Amino acid sequence: MSQTKSLNVDYNYSVVRLFALTTVLWGIVGMAVGVLIAAQLYWPALNFDTPWLTYSRLRPLHTNAVIFAFGTSALFATSYYIVQRTCQVRLFAEKLAMFTFWGWQAVIVSAIVTLPMGLTSSKEYAELEWPIDILITLVWVSYAIVFFGTLVKRKTSHIYVANWFLGGFILTVAALHIVNSMAMPVSAFKSYSIYAGAVDAMIQWWYGHNAVGFLLTAGFLGMMYYFVPKQAGRPVYSYRLSIVHFWALIALYIWAGPHHLHYTALPDWTQSLGMVMSVVLFVPSWGGMINGIMTLSGAWHKLKTDPILRFLIVSLSFYGMSTFEGPMMAIKSVNALSHYTDWTIGHVHSGALGWVAMISIGAIYHLIPVLYNQGRMYSISLINTHFWLHTIGVVLYIVAMWISGITQGMMWRAVNTDGTLTYSFVQSLEASKPFYLMRFIGGVFVVAGMLLMAYNVYKTVRAKDETLQPVPAAA
Amino acid sequence: MSSFWSAWIIVLTLPVLIGCAILLTWNLKNYVGVPEDETTGHEVDGIEEINNPLPRWWTYMFILTLVWSVFYLAAYPGLGNWKGFLGWTSSNQGIKSLEESQLAVTKAVEEGRNVELDREMVRADEVYGPVFQQFAKRDVLDLAYDDDAIKIGQRLFLQNCSLCHGSDARGQHGFPNLTDNDWLYGGTPDKIKETLLHGRKAAMPGWFDALGEQGIKEMTAYVLSLSGRSVNERDAEAGKTKFALCAACHGPDGKGSLAHNLPFGAPNLTDNIWLYGGSARAVEETLTKGRNGVMPAFKQTLGEDKVHILTAYVYRLAHPEKPAEQQ
Repeated sequence: MSQTKSLNVDYNYSVVRLFALTTVLWGIVGMAVGVLIAAQLYWPALNFDTPWLTYSRLRPLHTNAVIFAFGTSALFATSYYIVQRTCQVRLFAEKLAMFTFWGWQAVIVSAIVTLPMGLTSSKEYAELEWPIDILITLVWVSYAIVFFGTLVKRKTSHIYVANWFLGGFILTVAALHIVNSMAMPVSAFKSYSIYAGAVDAMIQWWYGHNAVGFLLTAGFLGMMYYFVPKQAGRPVYSYRLSIVHFWALIALYIWAGPHHLHYTALPDWTQSLGMVMSVVLFVPSWGGMINGIMTLSGAWHKLKTDPILRFLIVSLSFYGMSTFEGPMMAIKSVNALSHYTDWTIGHVHSGALGWVAMISIGAIYHLIPVLYNQGRMYSISLINTHFWLHTIGVVLYIVAMWISGITQGMMWRAVNTDGTLTYSFVQSLEASKPFYLMRFIGGVFVVAGMLLMAYNVYKTVRAKDETLQPVPAAA
Repeated sequence: MSSFWSAWIIVLTLPVLIGCAILLTWNLKNYVGVPEDETTGHEVDGIEEINNPLPRWWTYMFILTLVWSVFYLAAYPGLGNWKGFLGWTSSNQGIKSLEESQLAVTKAVEEGRNVELDREMVRADEVYGPVFQQFAKRDVLDLAYDDDAIKIGQRLFLQNCSLCHGSDARGQHGFPNLTDNDWLYGGTPDKIKETLLHGRKAAMPGWFDALGEQGIKEMTAYVLSLSGRSVNERDAEAGKTKFALCAACHGPDGKGSLAHNLPFGAPNLTDNIWLYGGSARAVEETLTKGRNGVMPAFKQTLGEDKVHILTAYVYRLAHPEKPAEQQ
């Protein structure tokens, strides 16, 4: 690798530090709530007959906390870091950047208060009521101003690929959030969507699927394009591949929403179109995986010694797996089996815990020492333990949901020789029960890993400057 | 949809697919200005990019899916008003009532149109229809003690009735217990069948305006006393004087409309069986606000043959033992 130029730009790390630390905090909170509701599905008494502890109220809290508190904090932290380092300038509008931090924390805290109270717009992944939606819009527009402002004043001639993805994600999420949240308020805490019927459903899943496509995919691909080559110390595999897969990915993803509404009142043409675009999307999705994994060419041996790199590369494997699974599940005849079953839950978590969480965790482990003037994290072996806990947890989780989901799908469609259904719904629930326990155990592994991470981060942050020396690289 | 919106969809869709193909073709060539396998010359924060060609297998996969997408959109609806050369539709969309739907099915079958749901329904009728026709020829009382019929009846019950009446058919708040041989509309096979085919709607009006708070309290006491429950005697006496209001449906003796051959479905108030709860509070609420019970009609959704077997199953629930004279 060529000589790294050492540049004496005084980057703004204060907002990056705050977001990096809250990533760990909200990760633990969001995943712990997930483990609690997983336990409730196995031991229903765990809602203690308390309305705000019921599954129905905590499930949106779990999804909001992991997507918008954990995942999005990681994106804020890494995007502010990447855009400065790859443009070689300090952040544009630094006070506004600080506003995005406190504004976003206010959004998260409002979610933690209002969702258990049962205040909800009832739109999946967009449950927060209208006053919070307005705050989200303000924060997001500020985010765009800071990010694009920094890009504009860059000192490099070329806009690095990570920034294409981050920019695409920021712009699209703004459009998605504003369009889907359009509602008529009837009181301070209640509003009704301005859309009705099948149109409402379509807008909702246009939003819902692109929250996955742009926030959880494009955003994290931006993260990947910086931290994988950086941690591996290798150049990005193919510049041209990054061009093709970036443009194809953002052009195709925006169409994929209707596959959430197969066999519903949505018109046939919309369903088919959504399915076609979802299937073609498979190829550009894999473009990102190939470019990330192949970046490791010539440095595979580093996987043996570097658990951070292992987090990053294994996240790409999960990304590849779930972006193959997704287009397949979007095919109508597969969807007829998989939809409404636990298979969907398994698919989402192979993306969320496998891809999103692992790439974020890897990125944070890379970031924390840089942000706090250290050569490395406090304990490399704890990172290694975290890696194994997380990997085992994710595998337990998704295998449990695959088996449970396919079992449900098969049981629901089984008919007797007289045409009546073979199983009642309760029988399929009974069949799923052992796998709910297995999923819960998987979740416990993941949260245990996150607690180790919190300890490791704490020790690194509290260590005296530059006391943690980097491990000499293996020859 | 109007031709404007149809054109709108096509104009947005095709350029995305064609654009992907152009993008791919463009990047198959090395236009970067450096030989393949070398770095592009950009370097940011120590990261370089290699000008590697697109992986060949990946390129083929992209071409394959793009070609497939064009064929699929030619064969199936997707491009606005284009119906697809297979003429396939999932169902007769845009239909607003059961009657319209049945007409549409008949018409689509006659015209040989490729409507997936209709074809499945017709096929199901062909395969399973005869099974039910065989049973439909036999008497309900005979089927009620036929193991095969009861097995089918139980499955139909679990999938269509248990949501309200419970898997064990013992009902729940607002939904009658079907095992206790206490009937609102009659427990003969004919009556059960009538209920299943056409549904029932029960309406008990609220009496708060007519009776007032004190009046409700007194009537509650009287109603409970009819089932032999211990109540405040004075309240019950006062309630009794106004029972004429209730007698129109429940009968002067409170034994319910069925005992008087009336079709209202007004429950017997003297048997201590309560559809909406038998606590003083629940009865008070019933009297204050009224109740509305709905049993849906299954004639259209299940058809008469399946309802025939269900009738036998429901009858059997209330008569688990075969009557002696039939044995």
